[in-house]
Amino acid sequence: MPDDDRLLAVEDLRVGFGTVAAVRGVDLDLRPGECLAVVGESGSGKSATARALVGLSGGTVRARRMELAGRDLTALRDREWRAVRGGRIGLVLQDALSALDPLRTVGAEITETLANHRTVERSARRARAVSLLGQVRVPEPEIRARQHPHQLSGGLRQRALIASAIAADPPLLIADEPTTALDVTVAAQILNLLAERKAAGTAILLISHDLAVVARLADRIAVMHAGVLVEEGTPGELLRAPAHPYTRELLAAIPAAHARGTRLSVRAAEGAPAADGGCGYAARCPLATDRCRTEPPARVAVGDGHHARCWRTDAEWPAPPARTARTRDTADTAADTVIEARDLAKAFRGPDGAQRPAVAGVSFTLRAGRTLGIVGESGSGKSTTAHLVMGLLEPDAGTVALLGRPWSHRPEAERRALRPRLQLVQQDPLASFDPRYTVERIIGEGLGHPGRRAARANRDAIAALLRRVGLDDALLDRRPQELSGGQRQRVAVARALAPEPAVLVCDEPVSALDVSVQAQILDLLTDLQDDLGVALLFISHDLGVVHHMSDDVLVMRDGAVVESGPVQDVFDNPSHPYTRALLTALPSIDAAARPVALDRPADA
Amino acid sequence: MKHDPDSEPDAEPGAPSAGGPGAPRGGGRAALARWVARRLLLAVVVVLGAATVTFGALRLTPGDPVKVMVGISAAQNPEIVEQARHETGFDRPLAVQYADFLGDLARGDLGWSYQLQESVPTVIGDNLWPTVSLTLAGFALAFLIAVPLAVATAGRRPAWRALSSLLELVTVSIPGFWVGLLLLTFFSFRLHLFPATGGTGLSGLVLPAVTLALGLVGLFTQILRDGMARALDEPFALSARARGTGETAVRLRHALRHALIAISTISGWTVGALLTGAVVVETVFGRPGLGRVLATAIQNRDFPVVTGITIVSGALFTLITLGVDLLYRVVDPRLREAPA
Amino acid sequence: MRRAPSVLSALGTALAAAVLLLVAIAALWPGLLATDPPNAVDPAQALLGPGPGHWFGTDQLGRDIYSRVVHGARPSLLLGLGATLVAVGAGAVLAMIAVVGGRVADEIVMRLTDVLLAFPGALLALLVVAVLGPGTGNATLAIGAAFAPGFARLVRGEALVVRESDYVRAATVLGYRRAEVYLRHVLPNALPPLLVLATLSVGTAVLAGSALSFLGLGPQPPSPEWGAMLSAGRDLLGSTWAIAVFPGAALTATVVCVNVVGRDLRNRFEGRRPGAG
Repeated sequence: MPDDDRLLAVEDLRVGFGTVAAVRGVDLDLRPGECLAVVGESGSGKSATARALVGLSGGTVRARRMELAGRDLTALRDREWRAVRGGRIGLVLQDALSALDPLRTVGAEITETLANHRTVERSARRARAVSLLGQVRVPEPEIRARQHPHQLSGGLRQRALIASAIAADPPLLIADEPTTALDVTVAAQILNLLAERKAAGTAILLISHDLAVVARLADRIAVMHAGVLVEEGTPGELLRAPAHPYTRELLAAIPAAHARGTRLSVRAAEGAPAADGGCGYAARCPLATDRCRTEPPARVAVGDGHHARCWRTDAEWPAPPARTARTRDTADTAADTVIEARDLAKAFRGPDGAQRPAVAGVSFTLRAGRTLGIVGESGSGKSTTAHLVMGLLEPDAGTVALLGRPWSHRPEAERRALRPRLQLVQQDPLASFDPRYTVERIIGEGLGHPGRRAARANRDAIAALLRRVGLDDALLDRRPQELSGGQRQRVAVARALAPEPAVLVCDEPVSALDVSVQAQILDLLTDLQDDLGVALLFISHDLGVVHHMSDDVLVMRDGAVVESGPVQDVFDNPSHPYTRALLTALPSIDAAARPVALDRPADA
Repeated sequence: MKHDPDSEPDAEPGAPSAGGPGAPRGGGRAALARWVARRLLLAVVVVLGAATVTFGALRLTPGDPVKVMVGISAAQNPEIVEQARHETGFDRPLAVQYADFLGDLARGDLGWSYQLQESVPTVIGDNLWPTVSLTLAGFALAFLIAVPLAVATAGRRPAWRALSSLLELVTVSIPGFWVGLLLLTFFSFRLHLFPATGGTGLSGLVLPAVTLALGLVGLFTQILRDGMARALDEPFALSARARGTGETAVRLRHALRHALIAISTISGWTVGALLTGAVVVETVFGRPGLGRVLATAIQNRDFPVVTGITIVSGALFTLITLGVDLLYRVVDPRLREAPA
Repeated sequence: MRRAPSVLSALGTALAAAVLLLVAIAALWPGLLATDPPNAVDPAQALLGPGPGHWFGTDQLGRDIYSRVVHGARPSLLLGLGATLVAVGAGAVLAMIAVVGGRVADEIVMRLTDVLLAFPGALLALLVVAVLGPGTGNATLAIGAAFAPGFARLVRGEALVVRESDYVRAATVLGYRRAEVYLRHVLPNALPPLLVLATLSVGTAVLAGSALSFLGLGPQPPSPEWGAMLSAGRDLLGSTWAIAVFPGAALTATVVCVNVVGRDLRNRFEGRRPGAG
């Protein structure tokens, strides 16, 4: 292997935390000016890998080889590590609000790097910090350098964090979920900034949970699962012809346009979990054989520079079962109206005492059995709209009618009878359960039997609901803290379905979940809608998810609806410039081949 | 044990996650001024409240307060009692008494102690400095012990943490007066290193200050250490380390400031503990000071002195906590523009 | 991640609980542990050091110190427990008035506790004693009054957090009545933190009670309350150390054990809450 030009060379990296092996034999190599993306779900070991490279994993790290520009990193002493961190390798973390010290100015954070590595004379540090902020396209860098993180917008903070990571001009930059906390338009700008660094010769190791995000920037993608890189290849190869079942699952789970009307999730095989040496994916894999469960898969070439660790790369991938769903007639207006919202407005008192409109003039109609998607970035007023519809907030102006009856501005006593017809699924299922309750009591409360004994008496009905959302009745006596994220959200859906609602309001129901789990929940909601005819008001910041789920869509910005209509019209022929900007910024697999446009930021 | 009146959740259920804290807000100074004004007003209310409570308490007290005031021997003489009743205004209507009381208060006249045969302001003035020097010394000592202990042990090896926790447990559980007695027994009566009673110089300050400090050190270390451990777990600590910042610098430059903010949230507890500590410690060591005067005055039911000391220490307490909260806002930039 | 329950800390908690059991026996049936009457005066036996006849020695009146320490458990504990109970009751009632009573009630309770909290608790306790006069009952009330505002604030804060929580929202959406939601969700989730804080406060209250006694403001002589015994021993330090050591050691051991058990309770409780695991 010609390794003269390799900047980073890692072989058989292993990271363990106590008895848990988080990273189980990872090979990485990276050349100057190259971007390698490591993609995986939470717990896959991708962050542990990134942190092990700067000696900050907090676990026990072992590697057959770990070299940076020919220098062995495995035997560094603390002092030598400090020279590497920031000096040779820069690290950018996810949320700059917590990744920058809230008590210090952003200028001081950048200066810290300069001082640690004696990049410039003490007297020149301030000026250099300002010029670095300018380099990452922070407007008015002199002023910003004196500000604290909380005074900057999310995008500017992330830029400042990047500035502090590149201050000593490290040849390698590790970006761990650098855009995850950001709105799509801002995220696109941050990716552009990283592309600039790459063009200037910096090697970038990009860590992400989102294949679509990395597709534009990465020269190579490595998919990580259970501490192992299961597949590696160029974006073109890997996204076009995925070889590993896990990569296929991830790709199928992306609710992009082409997946509409199809299942997103793989019906998991009921396989025995793999033995110690087996493939970590075997338990979930529909193709798994006995060999997969006992023998670690070898790394095989499946294309040009395209490798996978799988025994079954030659097997036929079962096509995702098409939905048995009715064909949706977009022109069908005969269905009954279940929710009619007219000119809703709501303002909140801001911290300075002034009224700030959160929602202004929102109107829509939701018909029985259909899905209306509301999409917008944070602060667009979509959640406030949900609360107005739910009758959890009273609108300052405008009305909501539920099933043809007035709903807003009615006394709660009058509304109570209709409440069961309108249910809510919230973003964080765990927070939506009383911490003292078992699954049985949670769903029992939905059925109108909140007491412990009443719930026990209705155990059969509760178990039926649990099966309805694809869970085993064995979970009845568990506490939600013991469930996985996907199971929790299923329980929340079961509770919401219990009173047989006509409308289900889903407020960011999948934004806290991994892609494959998200796929399962979206499929579940679609199936339930098909079977029960419940109408969905589906609120999300994720355009792909809304696109996949909705019949009609409402695009919100700053409390107002900027565009609305049938989902195909809005997504294929956006008429409002904001919708167009959102769609352009939306990272997508299809855009993998598209070159990155180096435009100026607009989030000042 | 948290006690932070500024962190009440704003009862706005669906408050929008408004466009991020993007735009730097103006009017930070005006907000600060409003906040200080509100706190000063609260301080006045507290002092007035304390004064009113003590005034009312004096009248509610079982038995004849005038007889109690002049003392047991003088109470046998009805002439003296009647004269005192007239002098103190106890023979006038309650409303008039209250008005007089507030008027006197406004002029700084806190009354006359029959037990000590001195005016209350004089009593307080004479005893203020020993108490202030004692509490300052105790506080400084506690702080100087707690900070290095917390910096050294936060997030470190479990054995060190366990040892430090044990020390904290013992210091919060041990009564100050017993510590004082033990120190006296050992250092004064056995070793004769320090004076047993009354020493006013520096050597007389050592044992009392140590006693006082021990009462604070436990909670200080615990809160500092927890605050530091929390800060060290935050992503910004990881960022700092990833910049090549050394462990000591991460602790001192980043984590310690967060821990100091944590400790300022218990400033009210601290001042309270210092005041109580002063009462106990001064009694144990026979040291002059407001605390001992107060304890004696309560035992002897010397109401003017009790009232005076209560009002003065209430005022001091509110001013100190106001000062600390002000400092807190300076240290934490996130609070500078926050609404009051 | 932090606070792994180790064998050592479990052992410590068990030991602390055992000591507390012993203290509880001393408080309930002191005769089981000490046969000598605590107040039997015998001038001939005054100021003896610890020995076979009197394990902890005798005081200036010839009273057996061991017996007095055992009999001191009851007044000392009663003071601390009573004060905590007073504080819990008053705090919970105040908080519920604030939470259920609407904006005006909330405002009144909050401003009241503002004023009380803006005042050192110890001073409040001393003031109450000054007004009511020294004695066991008054000292209990005094310490309880000093703790109550903090307790009220805690419960109110917890209740507000619960009231705005997603699960109360879920129950509202399901159509449950306000009273039902309060009884089923708000109260049961807002009160446990108070019980935890109360457990942790028992130690502090015992200390405060004995401090008042030490100042001569609590139980009056010849009560063998530990703080009062130490106060009496203060003048005898030059001649005997026993009288200054044993009551204080008993007091310290009791408070240490109460705190150990209280912290264990808190850790268990916090481990059960979401987001703490």
